[in-house]
Amino acid sequence: MGDDFKQMKEQVQAGEAEKLKELIKKALASKVAPMEIIEKALRPAMEEVGQKFETLEIFLPEMIMAADAMAAGVEILRPLLAAAGGEKKVGRVVLGTVSGDVHRIGKDIVRIMLEGAGFDVTDAGHDVPDDTFLAKVKELKPDILGLSALMTTTMQNIPRVIEALKAEGLRGKVKVIVGGAPVLSDWAKQIGSDGYGENAVQAVSVSKKLVG
Amino acid sequence: MKTVLKSQSQEVVVSMDGPIVMIGEKINPTGRKKLAAALQAGDFEYVKQQALQQAAFGAHVLDVNVSVPGLDEKSLLPAVVKFLTAHTQLPLCLDSNNPQALAAALEVAPGKPLVNSVSGEEGKLRDILPVVKDRGAAVIGLTMDNAGIPADAEARLAIAGKIIERAAKAGIPAEDVLIDPLVLSVGADQKAAAVTLQTIALVRREFGVNINLGASNVSFGLPDRQTVNQAFLALAFGAGASCVITDAEKLAGAVLASDLLLGRDPYGKRYLIHVRRMQAAAAAAAAGGARG
Repeated sequence: MGDDFKQMKEQVQAGEAEKLKELIKKALASKVAPMEIIEKALRPAMEEVGQKFETLEIFLPEMIMAADAMAAGVEILRPLLAAAGGEKKVGRVVLGTVSGDVHRIGKDIVRIMLEGAGFDVTDAGHDVPDDTFLAKVKELKPDILGLSALMTTTMQNIPRVIEALKAEGLRGKVKVIVGGAPVLSDWAKQIGSDGYGENAVQAVSVSKKLVG
Repeated sequence: MKTVLKSQSQEVVVSMDGPIVMIGEKINPTGRKKLAAALQAGDFEYVKQQALQQAAFGAHVLDVNVSVPGLDEKSLLPAVVKFLTAHTQLPLCLDSNNPQALAAALEVAPGKPLVNSVSGEEGKLRDILPVVKDRGAAVIGLTMDNAGIPADAEARLAIAGKIIERAAKAGIPAEDVLIDPLVLSVGADQKAAAVTLQTIALVRREFGVNINLGASNVSFGLPDRQTVNQAFLALAFGAGASCVITDAEKLAGAVLASDLLLGRDPYGKRYLIHVRRMQAAAAAAAAGGARG
């Protein structure tokens, strides 16, 4: 089986969705559990992709290509997982770029990596009004709220969301992680966030710690 | 159409037949920690150094953005504008989200500055166009609105039309509006630059206004970004862009080569001046290195 998982990982990284789907179907036919395919092939594949992206061994289009292939694989597994009582998720995250800021790539990369690591991620999008973050936290009760900003002007809206969470009595119910080019570790502490990732790999490890 | 920008002593004309205008992007603290620290310390010497260096590499206009968390842009932007006016002859491009900061900076900026920027968002049109009009400045209009950046060229064209129309109503002529069709990274979406190039062609054909571009985003997430940036700039100028906010040190060569290729550099004069200047700088650096 190990060999099959290895092949699946290779196909994820090569962005070969069709070949990956064939391998998954073959594995399912020989009674491999869907969750095992996710945990032993798809998630580790994306973890490797994330590492390679951070070390500049691969680049953004290749990372997105791998994420798309993985999503195609998960698509086959989803109905089976639902029938078996659902996919075991590591935790739930709501993610978005704060209001006034339309930059989305960094936030999208973090989403891809968190999904790859087994988190249930809701992407609130970019230029997200504070109220939308509050509503999503109330509605989805995530373990973690991830806030991103790329500009020095808009990063000031990150603490504003944290204050709004406090005002609504929600701050104790959700961990807040922050990131984006101008955001620094010290500042992240100063504004009272629970975690900071300098890059997407760190965002995942910080998230795992917070739900662990 | 000609967009005229002025400092206290110089005039820069953005047009389809003259030189492509380079706006130096480096006086902007986003992603530049040293500048952010200097602004926080009230130390403008570093700002001056950045201004002079960009001018030396051929920037025609200087973008001035001083947005640092915790600093009051309303007083800082005019202070930096006054300071720069004392140390450079280049026209300025006042870059802020804050209408009061823009208004205060416009009051002290000499000549005819450029304002960066307005967009199709109602709030921006309402707050920023009047200050631009009062001062007789020019303005950059980004093709995005409250719903974000449209995925297709036609919708961006429609926003460009809205900005030009609202500017006209506010008393700003079309020649004082530079449309910026926005470019996203082809690293994330391989059609992103194609949409921008289509938008450039459509806006030019429909409105004939000058077109400005920010040129560093396009290569985000890719290796050898410079090659992608240079190829994109050449394509954009070919499609009709006439102004670019960029790093003059890195991209002046591509801009001047484009000018030459488009037949706007008689006898290749400006291109050759640039090449000799770069050679002299490299020789000086090598000599310094040998001595050191």
